[in-house]
Amino acid sequence: MDPRIIVITSGKGGVGKTTTTSNIAVALAKMGHRVVAVDADIGLRNLDVMMGLENRVVYNFIDVLEGTCRLNQALVRDKRADTLFLLPAAQTRTKDAVTPDQMEQLCDMLRKEFDFILLDSPAGIEGGFKNAAVGADEALVIATPEVPSVRDADRIIGMLESMGKAPIRLIVNRLRSNLVREGEMLDVRDVLDILAIDLIGIVPEDDSVVKSSNRGEPLAFGDSSPAALAFQRIASRIVGEEIPFPSFEEEQNKGFFAALKKFFGLK
Amino acid sequence: MAWDFLKRLFSTGGSKNIAKERLQIVLIHDRADITPEMLDNLRKDMIDVITKYMEVDLSKIEMDFDREDRSVAFVANIPVTRIKRGVVASSAGKPEERKEQEKTANGGKKATPKRKSGQP
Repeated sequence: MDPRIIVITSGKGGVGKTTTTSNIAVALAKMGHRVVAVDADIGLRNLDVMMGLENRVVYNFIDVLEGTCRLNQALVRDKRADTLFLLPAAQTRTKDAVTPDQMEQLCDMLRKEFDFILLDSPAGIEGGFKNAAVGADEALVIATPEVPSVRDADRIIGMLESMGKAPIRLIVNRLRSNLVREGEMLDVRDVLDILAIDLIGIVPEDDSVVKSSNRGEPLAFGDSSPAALAFQRIASRIVGEEIPFPSFEEEQNKGFFAALKKFFGLK
Repeated sequence: MAWDFLKRLFSTGGSKNIAKERLQIVLIHDRADITPEMLDNLRKDMIDVITKYMEVDLSKIEMDFDREDRSVAFVANIPVTRIKRGVVASSAGKPEERKEQEKTANGGKKATPKRKSGQP
């Protein structure tokens, strides 16, 4: 299998990039793939704490690029999964500490060692995002069903398209089905209509996400909460499995078909 | 009767419909947000095409986007100094008309521009 480099991005901050990156990384590693989760958010690193590996960080990828250490010294192995690694960002540097050329160089190094290289992008559309995206082949765009998030996702998709990334696929995060049912939240269909890209996952709002980040244990390690299952399904779709979107169909039934039924007086 | 009918079909209207409509509008504007550089290139290209058919007053050309509530129109105002006779022979125009205001593009129709590319 050819190594795949995937950037996880959103434009807007706080919509779940780091949570998604850590969980997809765990889920892919559990399938036996060699996976590295790269924290591309220089100066505001958080992937280490989300994965519960913050105490084991010694070097970071800038040290590798500057020749301070070798790649395998900077990689933090996750003891909970044999084939899972974290490559941390520098916390005391700024986004302009690396150039796009250096990021491509880093991706080439990682390509030799791993099946999946997941790049957790910083928020925004400036240098930090561009550095995260430059070496990637494909992209996962995260959006929550809210106006600011979808708007920013549209912007970021335009940029990814012009950078030639493909496929660019959408994860709708933090969907609250009770609000969707009441007509008080954009549903997946609405978001897809607007953004016009392929869907790869729907993650429901789930309290266990907060609990898992408190503990530093990504849900995909074994939890059977709705969000954990959603992340596992996304990982399966990434490797090419055809998995239907159950909650999506459900929402559709509740939305459009319910309206139709009501219309024909069936309810 | 028909009204009831419609109301029943669209009675799902919570805040989600407002959200969707607002998004659609804001994206029309976002996607039509063209950089000065792109506008400059467009201007040059337009002038190249137009000067094949007529002489225009280069110093008085105005081009910009008109953004209204639900639509975007590209509006160009190009003063014509002379129509080239040979080129317009087929169309029965009046070459002696000195100043002609041209309104181009979309004619105020609804436009759904493509997503803005990230190109500078």
